Amino acid sequence: MADELKPEELLNQTRQNHQSNPPITSWMDTPTIIRKGMYCYASNPKSVEYLGLPNARKWNPIEDDWKLPDNWQEIIHKGFKERLERFRSIKVFMDICVRCGACADKCHFFIGTGDPKNMPVLRAELIRSIYRNDFTSAGKIFGRLAGARKMTLDVLKEWWYYFFQCSECRRCSVYCPYGIDTAEITILGRELLNLIGLNIDWIATPVANCYRTGNHLGIQPHAFKEMIEFFCEDIEEITELKLEPNFNKKGADILFITPSGDVFADPGTYTCMGYLMLFHYLKEKYGLEVTWSTYASEGGNFGFFTSHETMKRLNSKMYAEAKRLGVKWILGGECGHMWRVIQQYMSTMNGPADFLEVPVSPITGTKFENAKETKMVHIAEFTADLIKHGKLDLNPSRNDKYKITFHDSCNPSRGMGLLEEPRYVINQTCNHFYEMPTNTIREQTFCCGSGSGLNAGENIELRMAGGLPRANAVKYVHEKFGVNMLACICAVDRAALPTLMEYWVPDVGVIGLHELVANALILPGECERTTDLRGEPLSEEEGE
Amino acid sequence: MNLNYLFSLLAVTVLFLVPWVGVDILGKKELFGLIIPYFAVLIFIGGFIHRIIHWAQSPVPFRIPTTCGQGQSLSWIKQNKIDNPSTTMGVILRMILEIVCFRSLFRNIRLEYREGKHISYEWEKWLWLGALAFHWSFFVIIIRHMRFFTEPVPFFIKALEDLDGFLQIGLPGIFISGFVLLAAVLYLFFRRIYIHQVRYISLASDYFPLFLIMAIAISGIIMRYFTKVDIISVKEMTMGLVTFHPVVKEGVHTIVYVHLFLVCVLIAYFPFSKLMHSGGIFMSPTRNLANTTRVKRHINPWNYPVPVHTYEAYESEFREKMKEAGLPVEKE
Ligand code: HEM
Ligand code: SF4
Ligand code: SF4
Repeated sequence: MADELKPEELLNQTRQNHQSNPPITSWMDTPTIIRKGMYCYASNPKSVEYLGLPNARKWNPIEDDWKLPDNWQEIIHKGFKERLERFRSIKVFMDICVRCGACADKCHFFIGTGDPKNMPVLRAELIRSIYRNDFTSAGKIFGRLAGARKMTLDVLKEWWYYFFQCSECRRCSVYCPYGIDTAEITILGRELLNLIGLNIDWIATPVANCYRTGNHLGIQPHAFKEMIEFFCEDIEEITELKLEPNFNKKGADILFITPSGDVFADPGTYTCMGYLMLFHYLKEKYGLEVTWSTYASEGGNFGFFTSHETMKRLNSKMYAEAKRLGVKWILGGECGHMWRVIQQYMSTMNGPADFLEVPVSPITGTKFENAKETKMVHIAEFTADLIKHGKLDLNPSRNDKYKITFHDSCNPSRGMGLLEEPRYVINQTCNHFYEMPTNTIREQTFCCGSGSGLNAGENIELRMAGGLPRANAVKYVHEKFGVNMLACICAVDRAALPTLMEYWVPDVGVIGLHELVANALILPGECERTTDLRGEPLSEEEGE
Repeated sequence: MNLNYLFSLLAVTVLFLVPWVGVDILGKKELFGLIIPYFAVLIFIGGFIHRIIHWAQSPVPFRIPTTCGQGQSLSWIKQNKIDNPSTTMGVILRMILEIVCFRSLFRNIRLEYREGKHISYEWEKWLWLGALAFHWSFFVIIIRHMRFFTEPVPFFIKALEDLDGFLQIGLPGIFISGFVLLAAVLYLFFRRIYIHQVRYISLASDYFPLFLIMAIAISGIIMRYFTKVDIISVKEMTMGLVTFHPVVKEGVHTIVYVHLFLVCVLIAYFPFSKLMHSGGIFMSPTRNLANTTRVKRHINPWNYPVPVHTYEAYESEFREKMKEAGLPVEKE
């Protein structure tokens, strides 16, 4: 990040943008300049081709020629029409916004960049203006007075630029008096863009990988197993216990699916070790058989950031694998958008999962009524239930060096309502927990700034700006309570937040919920632990 | 200067003058007193229904409520049954709160950039208050106006009038709703030009209804408190309209026609504009659905099969590597 802006400079730039008035020219007349640091590279044609998606070719967003099909306008118009007929949400949201501006300063990208086109309402207007022109009589008659404009190449480029500056976090929708969800509009916008081959590589390539190998990172089955076994060796060093996780095991009780990001990079890897230790504990103590799958080795679903169809294609593996393995139900790991897909889309798209049983925890007997249909339980629910029934031996003091605050991920908060479960688990496994200010947590939580496939390297300025509101709240509790760890239940967070913290609040680390659980969990027969999962001394003093 | 609002101001001014010319100079009383009102009502009803049907024709393929509180979970975790409903009752309560109290708007906070390091979020309930004042006074006025279209006047209209006119100042007694409406509309207008973000997003079609409602309120206030109009004749005309025995009375002041005409414009404009938010809010899928997709299957009528990468295809590609790594395979 050597040539990037320093935090001070970025903050000044943003503050200036906010304090100066918006451009004198109206937004329709203000050209969009695609700026380095704010956009992601175009998709690799190989990935697009592998998926059989339209217009695979090499192209570069900052070049004039985007190599579009000749009839791109027609494709967009038709695609738009089709989607208006398919989604009432889009139709209603196109018509009813009153431009009250309540959503405007709720978007982390607007807060962090000060770019007026990042106000959710204006992001939506980018597409609404075309809707008016193409589909409403008022727009056809009154044109610009009614807020209509014609589709041009510049408009298309503007769409592409700003729909990949929205992380589909839905914060705006919480404050909108009609619940207009700009995320839904971005989803539509990206779907349209995909029809003419305008995706970004950070999304297209993981999607292609996931389709082929089962996970975003393209880890092949043998390597996946090796990586997990590597964690087991690390765990053995810490606990002197030998773990034997199951892979693709037919007849196991539960299939476990989590984002592959946690298999790959720190600090997600420690969360992954946490899962392994929890499952080992449950196997030793209660005989529970949990299996991993290499075929369905991805919980996340970047297809969601491409189109509804691609989301469905990737998601299908979960049920298919559960059926093949003959498990009773599915347990899902910590992830954000993965859980929005499971909560709000999976059973509609790929259900009914009538070959599975209504999830019952074999250990506590709790029936997960709230997952009756999808038969998929969130691991925070599962663990909270275990702890509540006293089924885990915990020593929270092993997390004593951490002063924790908790980052609600967008999707579990606003697309699910999973708020108390992780807090309960944190409170039972740690002794020092502090909340960030009310306006920045739970349903009002701020995005990490890198969600919805924007976690690339080349758009680092966008990510740091978008993450500013989150970082700002962390900084507040860091200064006030000495918070030094940011806990989360999302693999994208674990990939994105460390960079964000390093940039804005360097003394705060990032930790997954099940790393905290595993630190506290006393495994049967383990040795006296001297280090945590990271191989660091358990308390600060011992280190000195 | 902002062309968007100048244009709307101009349009409303012209509309204000049209009946003066039409009635006073050209003497087209039937046109303004009978024909235009009937047309406007027809357009309103037809247009409103058409729009609702148009929305309803598109399905709701996915259940996508925006959850704003703890969801239904383990028995010992307290659910927020209104902001994250799992029952129809919860959804109804949520919708009532949205429609009657503007629940979501009440969450509003304002972003502040301070010179120091921190960004802060400030108390900001003015929009909520202004919007409530605006809509509720509008509602009260509509109900009060029903006295012109009913005979005998139902008791609740009289009761509402008494309540609205509880400030017994002068004669005729003051109705607060009219002034609240005017003040609220003025507030909504000034915030639109004063807050630069809101000004930036505003279209001509955002100023137009505000000016129109302002003009309606002003003409109403003029009628009631300044040009004392002949209420008896007006009521005869309005009763004529609703009983389909339309009559035109002489001696009705032109300002009555102005008021009536502006209202006609408003209701005829309604179905084609953002004012349809009043119908749309009931159909917003992020608010009117229970968060129960994990409990009960939601059906997507156009759910179509998609190409998938099957386990067989996967195993075929990686079988040797899987065997080598000791992973179980289906086909040896
Ligand atoms: C179900 C009934 C309705 C609900 C729940 C509702 C709700 C709202 C809300 C929450 C706002 C945003 C806040 C604001 O800008 O004031 C708004 C704006 C507005 N509403 Fe309504 N409304 C309803 C019916 C109506 C009706 C019947 C009219 C008739 C004229 C109307 C006219 C307006 C106008 C003109 C605005 C924009 C104000 C501005 O420009 O700032 N609304 N409405
Ligand atoms: S809060 Fe809703 S109605 Fe208001 S400007 Fe934003 S999207 Fe439009
Ligand atoms: S969904 Fe999130 S990122 Fe997108 S416009 Fe709304 S607040 Fe901004």
